Amino acid sequence: MAPSELPARTLFDRIWQEHLVRPETEETPAVVFVDLHLVHEVTSPQAFTMLRERGLRVRRPDLTLATMDHSTPTTPAGPAGEMEITDVECRVQLDALEQNCRDFRIELHPLGTEHQGIVHVIGPELGLTQPGRTIVCGDSHTSTHGAFGAFAFGIGTSEVAHVLATQCLLQRRPRSLEVRVNGRLGPCVTAKDLVLAIIARLGVSGGTGHVLEYSGEAIRSLSMEARMTLCNMSIEAGARAGLIAPDDTTFEYLHGRPRAPRGRAWDAALERWRALRTEPGARFDASVEIDASALEPTITFGTNPGMSAPVSGRVPDPEREREPAARRALEAALRYMGLRPGQPLQGHPIDVVFIGSCTNGRLSDLRAAASVLQGRKVAPGVRVLVVPGSRQVKRAAEDEGLHRLFLEAGAEWREPGCSMCIGMNGDQVPPGRSAVSTSNRNFEGRQGPGARTFLASPLTAAAAAVTGALADPRMLVDAGLQRSA
Amino acid sequence: MEPFRTLTSRAVVLPRSDIDTDQIIPARFLKGTTREGLGRWLFAGWRYDAQGAPRAEFPLNDPLAKGARILIAGPNFGCGSSREHAPWALVDHGFRAVISVSIADIFRSNAVKNGLLPVVVDAGSHRALLAQPFGDVTVDLEAREVAAPGVRTRFSIDPFARRCLLDGTDELGFLLAQAPAITAHEHSRRGEGA
Repeated sequence: MAPSELPARTLFDRIWQEHLVRPETEETPAVVFVDLHLVHEVTSPQAFTMLRERGLRVRRPDLTLATMDHSTPTTPAGPAGEMEITDVECRVQLDALEQNCRDFRIELHPLGTEHQGIVHVIGPELGLTQPGRTIVCGDSHTSTHGAFGAFAFGIGTSEVAHVLATQCLLQRRPRSLEVRVNGRLGPCVTAKDLVLAIIARLGVSGGTGHVLEYSGEAIRSLSMEARMTLCNMSIEAGARAGLIAPDDTTFEYLHGRPRAPRGRAWDAALERWRALRTEPGARFDASVEIDASALEPTITFGTNPGMSAPVSGRVPDPEREREPAARRALEAALRYMGLRPGQPLQGHPIDVVFIGSCTNGRLSDLRAAASVLQGRKVAPGVRVLVVPGSRQVKRAAEDEGLHRLFLEAGAEWREPGCSMCIGMNGDQVPPGRSAVSTSNRNFEGRQGPGARTFLASPLTAAAAAVTGALADPRMLVDAGLQRSA
Repeated sequence: MEPFRTLTSRAVVLPRSDIDTDQIIPARFLKGTTREGLGRWLFAGWRYDAQGAPRAEFPLNDPLAKGARILIAGPNFGCGSSREHAPWALVDHGFRAVISVSIADIFRSNAVKNGLLPVVVDAGSHRALLAQPFGDVTVDLEAREVAAPGVRTRFSIDPFARRCLLDGTDELGFLLAQAPAITAHEHSRRGEGA
């Protein structure tokens, strides 16, 4: 058939169609094949129980990969690299994952091993996250993998069982939303600032039922790690997934990775991957445009990721909010956060800084934080945790001497894991204390009961670490670095 | 799974918008390996004070909330984390239906797999329902209708989810029956990494 006879397809249309085992009908959702299933200890034990109850096996252990990240300790390891797990419940959960992976023959990267780390950091690192794939995990930040042009989304535990048993999921086709980002990001304005601005624009439910495709000049100029930061937080706008069409940046990142195709298989893959793009004239169900050059270092002030402002700005006044529900929500958020309407954000004192997570726990994030901390000291009374996203990130950072720089500045250098993003492993912000965090959620109590979270980029978090207050990183980064940023 | 046909119950109202799954069940209660017993920790951060005593002002602690099986919540209920512990905790506490003007994608998908009916109603009906804390509400899945004093409205739900809820069956049986088509798909995509 001539191309003109086919309607132009979006990148998402194409991936969707290629993975349809059975198309959807009025009565039944589509059956969608899953190319890669990532598993971790928190959302999988009950799924394996479901399998055992029904006497089912794992259909494709070869397309399944497990690691430990959420409830693992990040306290520095002992002399022989041993990790002490003091929380009995966490230990039971980690043991259960080991047992399940053994029983069902699933590849596991357990605590302390070479490729262990946050599930959304190790998938790309291993080269398993590839363009055009469908990728799922019992974790909402699975959207991270969309940075490679994969359709990647978070699922619940029942669905984890479905994928284990059938390698498929029942899905209604989501709608599509193009987020076109024009222009270029300014100095000290990062993918994190961009995604916070996008969430503020769409709202925390603006993406519901949609897959976001990020496009435009600003996206093309982002590194793979920055693209992962962006796609990671698509879920915070309520979106099913975020997608970026693969390009040379993607291919360069993947080339030579342990599980990436090699030799002739690489050439064949490259040919397939180059075709993965939204065709000219393809229609999205909705679209928004953002001017990257107008953005500033951004920080959240409220209790959901949509409540953000330039760090150089002020806390908004609920009185100016016309809609009663929005006004009440803002009032409740400011009360929880201990902020006054109209107060400048800069100078607001903080107690804790967390640099890490699946959003900003990669090497480039640690380098960014280090560029601010270099030759400076953490402000008195502030606790700073630097938690690499994976063992590979940790090793690479140590090869560059970043760990010494962090330690000399007065920060803690920890073992990899989710850590203080979710606080399951004991890494928590104390009640009533304020933390600047490079993670993804500022919900009430997310980082510990009563914890107050300000979400920001690694640069902004590091600026807060050295000043002991919310701060604009542009005030600290010297002109030389600004030019190279 | 218990079939869901029609339910009349007193309703608890939580008018806040964007109630995320970290509020429904905080992460520190996700360390278990079973689905049972999570109702105790439902809305733990709002329901109990720092000493673990119930906060009288939280609607779930009101004596009128006892036995309520319907929750009426503000917009975008269940946003955030994909934890299925959220519907497990709601169901364990006794809830069988959540009514809002919008419900987050993953939560909605998780809810139906646990016999918890997500009901999305129009803004006018939602406003009227929010104004009736501890009032009696009827949810009729067969007729796809919500009724309360001064409210009678139809709601839409995915036909497949409705079928599963009405029959009390889960989706896995349907998926397992697709085995021949799955095998065919696997063969057709050999060499593409699948």
